Amino acid sequence: MSNAPVDKGRRRFLTVATSVVGAAGAVGVAVPFIASWNPSEKAKNAGAPVEVNIGKTEPGQLIRVEWRGQPVWVVRRTPEMLASLETLNDKLRDPNSDEPQQPEYAKNLHRSRKEEYFIAVGICTHLGCSPQYLENTMGELVEGAQGGFFCPCHGSTFDIAGRVFQGVPAPYNLVIPPHYYINDTTILVGEDGEQA
Amino acid sequence: MNKLIAWFDERIPMTKTWNIHLAQYPAPKNFNFWYIFGVLATLVLVNQIVTGIWLTMNYVPTGEGAFASVEFIMRDIEYGWLLRYMHSTGASAFFVVVYLHMFRGMMYGSYQKPRELLWIFGMLIFLVLMAEAFMGYLLPWGQMSYWGAQVIISLFGAIPIIGDDLTQWIRGDYVISGATLNRFFALHVIALPLVLVILVFLHIIALHEVGSNNPEGISIKKPKGSVPESEKPKFKFHERFTNKYDIVDAFPFFPYYIVKDLVGIAIFLFFFCYVIFFAPAMGGMFLEPPNFEAANPLKTPEHIAPVWYFTPFYAILRAVPNKLLGVILMFGAIVALFVLPWLDRGKVRSVRYRSTLHKINLTVFAISFIVLGYLGLKPATDVYTFFARVFTFLYFAFFVLLFFYSKNEKCKPVPERITK
Amino acid sequence: MKKLIKSTLLVAASLWSVATLAAGPTVPLDKAKIDLHDKASLQRGAQLFMNYCLGCHSMQYQRYNRTFKDLEIPEDLGMENLQFSGEKVGDLITNAMDSTDASKWFGTPAPDLTLVARVRGADWIYTYLRSFYADESRPFGVNNAVFPNVGMPHVLEELQGIPRQTTEQRLVDGEMKDVYVGIKTDGSGMLTTEEYDKAVNDLTNFLVYTGEPMMLEQRRIGWYVFGFLIVFLVFSVLLKREFFKDVK
Repeated sequence: MSNAPVDKGRRRFLTVATSVVGAAGAVGVAVPFIASWNPSEKAKNAGAPVEVNIGKTEPGQLIRVEWRGQPVWVVRRTPEMLASLETLNDKLRDPNSDEPQQPEYAKNLHRSRKEEYFIAVGICTHLGCSPQYLENTMGELVEGAQGGFFCPCHGSTFDIAGRVFQGVPAPYNLVIPPHYYINDTTILVGEDGEQA
Repeated sequence: MNKLIAWFDERIPMTKTWNIHLAQYPAPKNFNFWYIFGVLATLVLVNQIVTGIWLTMNYVPTGEGAFASVEFIMRDIEYGWLLRYMHSTGASAFFVVVYLHMFRGMMYGSYQKPRELLWIFGMLIFLVLMAEAFMGYLLPWGQMSYWGAQVIISLFGAIPIIGDDLTQWIRGDYVISGATLNRFFALHVIALPLVLVILVFLHIIALHEVGSNNPEGISIKKPKGSVPESEKPKFKFHERFTNKYDIVDAFPFFPYYIVKDLVGIAIFLFFFCYVIFFAPAMGGMFLEPPNFEAANPLKTPEHIAPVWYFTPFYAILRAVPNKLLGVILMFGAIVALFVLPWLDRGKVRSVRYRSTLHKINLTVFAISFIVLGYLGLKPATDVYTFFARVFTFLYFAFFVLLFFYSKNEKCKPVPERITK
Repeated sequence: MKKLIKSTLLVAASLWSVATLAAGPTVPLDKAKIDLHDKASLQRGAQLFMNYCLGCHSMQYQRYNRTFKDLEIPEDLGMENLQFSGEKVGDLITNAMDSTDASKWFGTPAPDLTLVARVRGADWIYTYLRSFYADESRPFGVNNAVFPNVGMPHVLEELQGIPRQTTEQRLVDGEMKDVYVGIKTDGSGMLTTEEYDKAVNDLTNFLVYTGEPMMLEQRRIGWYVFGFLIVFLVFSVLLKREFFKDVK
């Protein structure tokens, strides 16, 4: 055992440097473990964009499709429904869709790319139930509404553009998924397309 | 920081444990290359547990889904192939380091008094590890998984009277099926790892109670008061070690052997990562080609061989023409290792100071083990069987000879102290 | 000790010679040229697989979109020209053949080919696909030198032509004898022998890819890991030396 004085600076530097390299290695090792929790290729394929044929929808009709395991609604709205939207503004929580519940191209009165077709994720923004479609009228729930959505779980109500009414538990408007028109009769749900 | 440590120390023996097992644990100063394998085995154990947990997240333990779920992990999960290869390579690496660790113990007499129990715990770990590896190998549900398990489970059929009922009970079906797969899965991921971790804990506790052996086989504990102050190491050891003995020729495990082990770990990782990234099947040794075909109960692969780490024992099994005797001899090969501390009646530990006869005997034993491992991989032709018998004989001859010559063995004089 | 080493070597040598003998007579396999970086070869291989193999053999663990991405085929082009089953580009490469039908027609269901290269090896596939020969005694009129009594028709016949086991008259030990010279096509196929070998090599290359589609990424990461380990090794060696000054 030599009695040469210990070079403390060198020792500290090497300890720190080795620790840093070791820690970097630990981070590197963690990457595959963390990344493996991302959706698998199988899940991505199951959640791939869905084509919806709207060529045969009647005015006022709602069709349901599944996208990423969730119900997505496509409603062909009647002119009366569209006309009623403006009149409901003061009964709504977020009439101008200020909350980011929709892509930029659906931030308008009718909350869609084309006025006539309403596309939304059919999940209540309160606690995740799927609301019912009320065609043409919302009865006693909301006077003057030309149809809308009613959630049976906790009674939240939405107008025919998926905007939430005041005084119900749901905090936000219904979510509008990314979508675009491949052609006049086909919508692709799940992608913004080039028009975005 | 100090306050926080004090807070814990009042409630749990934190600093004390750290000192006894690491910072003030006296480790002999002459550890060599062979002393890295204990640390490496621990490292591989951690690797197996962590990657294993992650694999269970996507593995499907059913006859219909198992094979496909492994390919799902390999292809559809991000870095799933890496997790799987880390686990499959880890299994083989485990046996590599454990075999070397065991051979180290045999060379330097680390099983001799007072380390018999330490050795027994180690052997139990080895036994559980073999069960763990065997059950794990069924899970990918490939052809080799299936037929390998078929052969091994059939071994129990050799037991008189209850044999057939026993094999059926183990399988839970008339053939190996989803029921077998499911119970093996449960044992592989929960029961055996739990036992393994407990045994490893006991192994380390036992080691730290009696202290580490070393390549010289000379004790670093001297009678209290027999060592002049000037010859004692300048390091502080925990009073648990110093109040009964004077400790010589040692230094604390932390930081000295920790930093030394880091070098060993880095070198080990070169080999380990080479296999993972460049040769995960290791030429059919770690992952056998027929195992990339889903299990088919109606078609046996042309040649069934267990994975390499079982082949020495498999060769012994096949060397015997009688099924029951073969099974007995195979288990005997492991039992012989269990009772090694009592077969070796010598007083000198390290091979360095033992007789030439012992050196030859040990060398022949090591060669027999390797050759048997090679033979176990090969088809059982007449010539191979002949060699398997010769080396099976030599394997057991090691223990028999040792028992007889060790009592009055002519050893070299063992020095009082470790000199270097 | 020297004696011991000598005898050990002797035993090892005799074991080795026995090992080579015990392998027994099999058809020698030709070497396939595998290059996973050769995307053009892989693309041609994929095309051959989709056109000639997928009818009976599925590739049920591999997805179309990954195949297109790894082989650098634009997705729309791939969907148009190479996707014969499934609806979405992310679907698995399956086929519609019913396995009971297959058992009836071929005696056994056609095996899935995703992992065939890992089971058999590239050289086996390469040789196998070039070892069909006409044999009227077999149900499909062909047999295979690598896989005797194979239950599969020679689907690549329109490319290779009709292959026959050919003998030639040659002078052996001063006598004219019929000597087996291998399998030769009658030349009725769309490809010459060299072109056919190349096509089969492409197909083999593709099957090696599908067996381990992660291989290139795996190796790339492996080099980074080695790079890291070198740095770690250097620092740990320096650290160890520094601390061991205390005890030297």
